[in-house]
Amino acid sequence: MSETNEPTSGLSRRKLIGAAGIGALAVGAGAGGGYAVGRQSDEPTAGVPDPDAEPIPFEGVHQAGIVTPAQDRLYFVALDMTSEERADLISLLKDWTEAARQMTQGNDVGTFGAVSGSPFAPPEDTGEALGLPPSGLTVTVGFGRSLFVDAKGKPRFGLDGKLPAKLKELPAFSGDQLDPAISDGDLAIQACANDPQVAVHAVRNLVRIAFGRASVRYSQMGFGRTSSTSSAQVTARNMLGFKDGTANIKVEDKKDVQDFVWVPKEDGPDWLVGGSYLVSRKINMRIEIWDREPLEGQENIIGRAKGSGGPLSGGDEFAKIDFKKKNDRGAPVIDMKSHVRLAHPDFNKGAKLLRRGYNFVDGSDGLGQLSAGLFFIAYQRDPEKQFVQVQRSLAGSQNDLLNEYIVHVSSGLFACPPGVGRKGYWGEGLFA
Amino acid sequence: MKPLATLSVLTIAALSLTACADDPKPSGGLTVSATDSTCDVSQTDLKAGPSTFKVTNKGSKVTEFYVYAEGDRIMGEVENVGPGLTRNLVVDLPKGTYEGACKPGMVGDGIRQKITVTGEAAKKLSDSEELKAAATSYERYVNSQTVALIAKTEEFVTAVKDGDVAEAKKLYPIARTYWERIEPVAEKFGDLDPLTDGREADAKAEKRDFTGWHRIEKQLWVDDNTEGMATYADDLLVNVKKIVALGKDAPLTALELAQGSKGLLDEVATSKITGEEDEFSHTDLWDFKANIEGSQAAIAALRPVLVKQDPALVKELDARFKALDDDLDQYQDDNGDWTFYDKLTKEQVKRLSDLVAAVSEPISRVAAVVAESA
Repeated sequence: MSETNEPTSGLSRRKLIGAAGIGALAVGAGAGGGYAVGRQSDEPTAGVPDPDAEPIPFEGVHQAGIVTPAQDRLYFVALDMTSEERADLISLLKDWTEAARQMTQGNDVGTFGAVSGSPFAPPEDTGEALGLPPSGLTVTVGFGRSLFVDAKGKPRFGLDGKLPAKLKELPAFSGDQLDPAISDGDLAIQACANDPQVAVHAVRNLVRIAFGRASVRYSQMGFGRTSSTSSAQVTARNMLGFKDGTANIKVEDKKDVQDFVWVPKEDGPDWLVGGSYLVSRKINMRIEIWDREPLEGQENIIGRAKGSGGPLSGGDEFAKIDFKKKNDRGAPVIDMKSHVRLAHPDFNKGAKLLRRGYNFVDGSDGLGQLSAGLFFIAYQRDPEKQFVQVQRSLAGSQNDLLNEYIVHVSSGLFACPPGVGRKGYWGEGLFA
Repeated sequence: MKPLATLSVLTIAALSLTACADDPKPSGGLTVSATDSTCDVSQTDLKAGPSTFKVTNKGSKVTEFYVYAEGDRIMGEVENVGPGLTRNLVVDLPKGTYEGACKPGMVGDGIRQKITVTGEAAKKLSDSEELKAAATSYERYVNSQTVALIAKTEEFVTAVKDGDVAEAKKLYPIARTYWERIEPVAEKFGDLDPLTDGREADAKAEKRDFTGWHRIEKQLWVDDNTEGMATYADDLLVNVKKIVALGKDAPLTALELAQGSKGLLDEVATSKITGEEDEFSHTDLWDFKANIEGSQAAIAALRPVLVKQDPALVKELDARFKALDDDLDQYQDDNGDWTFYDKLTKEQVKRLSDLVAAVSEPISRVAAVVAESA
């Protein structure tokens, strides 16, 4: 071991693996040590050499992964229950909560983790995150409508009366080409981290824990967060090359977060108070066609300058948009059918969304074109008044100019329960 | 045929039981309280085996905790413990002296403390009476299956050599049933398994003649005749008999049996679910069911041991095997014939796959239970 004196703040997986045959590792932190830090505290700790070393607290009033700063990577997975037993659903949610509690704090799953258990037993933890820091991992779960009722509307898992009124099937939108195989699902897990390996490790272990109770319906990897959820983050770009999420709800806008993200007591149901609704849409982009569009055309479609992100009516990225401004020919500077206008709260009864989407590239399509786009994720208090309102404005060939270049191929709506404390589990209120 | 499973069954027998069988739980309640200038380990005399150190950083700098053996060999480490955080470290320590070290600021040699580990060294695995009884019970099962295997293979071979295509097609999945039930036995003999149960692509890759069950299967279903099959049929019978004889001389140990119960399900998951086992005849469900039955037989032999050691595991296995059996039943008709695999819908295959995965998870824990009861 030559590296023992290495004065490093980095993380060496090799060091650990080389250490000992039946080696050692960090596992199972008793109930997330980071709780004391508290999610409400925005004060960074002094002397931290690597921001990824500091875990995001798991416990809290709300689930992490919604208003916490958007990480760089996503692994999203939807599952269907393979068991119809209420006890299996409860035990699954308990097991998932415990495993997420461990993994988000940078620990292995289980008592013995990846390499300290019996040599004759498969390791409790799959091991690919050994030696990696927590990397900002958050794990967020949501419940689909099909978890509450079957296709005939009959309650499942004894959840009579628990289905939130707002957890309706999303309406069909003009231009949708949805594939049911990659839409909906009983349960959704959004794992985000700054290291894709850490996000994959989280999902892989949760899926493994679920065998016999739930199985994967579809999954999606994403990169390059396309939205910032904090004003401390710069606005990232989507696959169209434009800044995306400039006008997103930011955690600092306390009033917006309260008005548009969390389910309040008056909305109910009780078990969902402090939770949020997640809408997912896989949006394929006709990348190559878009790339042939002149700059002026691209900017006109979006309504913003490609470089600065500022609105075409003038000013920097965060300048107020002047939709009334006319050019010298008397036409609006910001096209009436531009994306920014049709999606804007001013034209959607004030509706705002907390967007948390990611870019994706699923290889290529066999014709030499990228299978790429945006895995759109948005959180909201009321899907009908928020996502559905905005999407109705955008959808259809007569509306958003961008529709010529994009197509929605999947859709999901999930009710994400509130956060858990030191002892609780996700969705506990459903079974009270 | 599955080289990977063969390998794991063989190597596992050579392993010693390094996790202390008497004390599988880690020494509990060990805390390490680290500050910027101190490192207090709550207990420094430990028992051999896995120990859990709960490392709490009460300082202001990010810290690390290491356990070093002589010459600063790292036995275990937990890195990046931020101020106010707690991280756990599990280390499996054999008898000896060690040093625990906190490294505030993650630099330097650290603040060290001596740790002494005493007690039993790793145990060598040997089968208890109960495990021997389990192995004997399974041996009886293997014997009953091998008698039928030889008889049915002989009938199949005769039909092939007589040029009776219809009869050969009928007997093919039936003879294979007995083979698939005791596949872990066959897989012990690495060179014979590919000759009898190998697939065409592998034979091509390994530059050998494509022989065995699947060679004849291809002739029967693709060419619908038995031309040129006499030699292959004779060789098949010879090799099956050889495997049976070798198996009798070297019965499986209880641990191999536990591994075999898992190996059979892995077979289902890797080659039956995908429909690649019987790619010409699509009689995969015969093999599928036989693998499951073989796995159940192995678990049945181990049952007295498992019930004593881990009753919850047995309950889980029973429930999940039943769910799988119940689902499989719909594909068998009154004559005992199974639906051809290419007739199953994607949804039906997914359902079977989920059910197999559901049994496979608990069954993967059986070997450790058996090892611990040695």
